[in-house]
Amino acid sequence: MIRQTIGMAFIWLGIAFDFLGVLGLVRLPDVYSRLQAATKCVTFGTAGLLFGVFIIKGFSSFGFKALLGIAFIFLTSPTAAHAISRAAHRGRIPLAEESVADLYESDGELKEK
Amino acid sequence: MRVARWLIGTAILGSLAALNFFVFEGPLLIKLINVSLFSSLFVLFRVVFGPSPADRIVAVDILGILIIGMLAIFGLFFDQGFFLDIALIWALLSFIASLAFAKILEGRRLDD
Repeated sequence: MIRQTIGMAFIWLGIAFDFLGVLGLVRLPDVYSRLQAATKCVTFGTAGLLFGVFIIKGFSSFGFKALLGIAFIFLTSPTAAHAISRAAHRGRIPLAEESVADLYESDGELKEK
Repeated sequence: MRVARWLIGTAILGSLAALNFFVFEGPLLIKLINVSLFSSLFVLFRVVFGPSPADRIVAVDILGILIIGMLAIFGLFFDQGFFLDIALIWALLSFIASLAFAKILEGRRLDD
């Protein structure tokens, strides 16, 4: 019973983080800040939800599949986010007007190409 | 203009709430799945109206993540383990698709 309660609390928290991250995806001004909000929705939203499923189901095959899903998401999702942001910056997609610094541009890594 | 838009939106949402449009009778897990589906509606808005191609790529990536969570709740509701298998395969395919889209966006060939 107490395991059910703790797991449902994690699932509620994960759903809330998912919803807030998607709200940031709609409301923020440019690609990079949208990507930042969306990645927050990954690393606590869906991972917290899968951790709640693991707590409810315990040490069964169901629970271990959820744990494997957490490990896989933590490995792959930041890699994909980094690749997308790097490709967007190299594809000359502009920043928002409100942004104050572009350190990746001023480092001079793009001038070599 | 801005006040007029706020008033129109408030009127539409208020009339929908007065007609019991947001009330859903059912189990708790199905309600959570409904919240997740509502979030994916926002993501589909960003896919359709995204100003640049990178916005659409980010939205497709996040849509895959939302579907993984939705499949986990589905498995909990039906008490069947194979939904998590589908979630793992979906995560793998979403990751590969994101990398391929990023490579196309950067302007390189796929066999580079």
